[in-house]
Amino acid sequence: MQELSLNILDITMNGVAAGADTIFITVKEEFPARRIIIKDNGCGLPEETIEQLRDPFFTTRTTRKVGMGVPLFEMQAEMTGGNLQITSVEAPAEGHGTTFEALLYMQSINFVPLGDMVSTMITLLQGSPNVDFIFTHKTQGGTVHLDMREVRETLGDVPVNEPDILMWLRSYLEEQYSETTLEGERL
Amino acid sequence: MKSLEELARIREQTKAKIALREQEGGTRVMVGMATCGIAAGARPVLSAFVEEVNDSGIGDKVSVEQTGCIGICQYEPVVEVFDGEEKTTYVKMTADKAKRVVAEHLVKGNVVTEYTIGATKV
Repeated sequence: MQELSLNILDITMNGVAAGADTIFITVKEEFPARRIIIKDNGCGLPEETIEQLRDPFFTTRTTRKVGMGVPLFEMQAEMTGGNLQITSVEAPAEGHGTTFEALLYMQSINFVPLGDMVSTMITLLQGSPNVDFIFTHKTQGGTVHLDMREVRETLGDVPVNEPDILMWLRSYLEEQYSETTLEGERL
Repeated sequence: MKSLEELARIREQTKAKIALREQEGGTRVMVGMATCGIAAGARPVLSAFVEEVNDSGIGDKVSVEQTGCIGICQYEPVVEVFDGEEKTTYVKMTADKAKRVVAEHLVKGNVVTEYTIGATKV
């Protein structure tokens, strides 16, 4: 993956597949590290599966024998001296869902840029219009925020993935980014 | 500065468009968005399909959807187009190829044979 925003897209899709209706995607620029947290309220995972996720030759799928999503994300973090933590509570227990928290060190030569986070969000909204994504990107130069619960209240019964709505949401995010000075991104 | 009030106006325009739309079977464009697809560049391919379908005014006949891994990861980004009984599998797609598929296949009905799986070497 050439951009962390692609890893974020990939990992977040797992939450969608786990039946989550709310997914928090949070990126924090906390010099000298970037923290990425993806928290879903899906069905969660049994304890033994959590460790298996880190193994590229583990997958729940039957069409192929590899599952590269989590190992790739963990590799991006570990290459910078950081790490990926996975916690999960299996349904039907209260607070069920899975949380991925990656820590990546910006000054490492292996630090991968975040890339096009706006496209990642629009792709998620296009594919999963009924999931409430709450995206927050905190930087020293301001915060970019999108809460689909608020958007949905405004939209009523108009689907999120109507092209005109997606286009508006894209420009809404782009405008917020243009008003933010991404100190972290320049490093 | 964009606000949710502005979105409320867009909502009304969109509602009007949805009401005018005729519901028919239509063509489905399925873009593979599993890890293999994403790593190979499926995100800009999906964006290109969504934008070009809308810009070409065929949004009422063509839907763009996301799907998982269909097991031919070496050919990603893979896009399947379903027209009724017919299925066309486009492989090693890019945003530029997507534009051509919209213009030639989805608008005019001519399959872009050179991008299909039968015409492509890994």
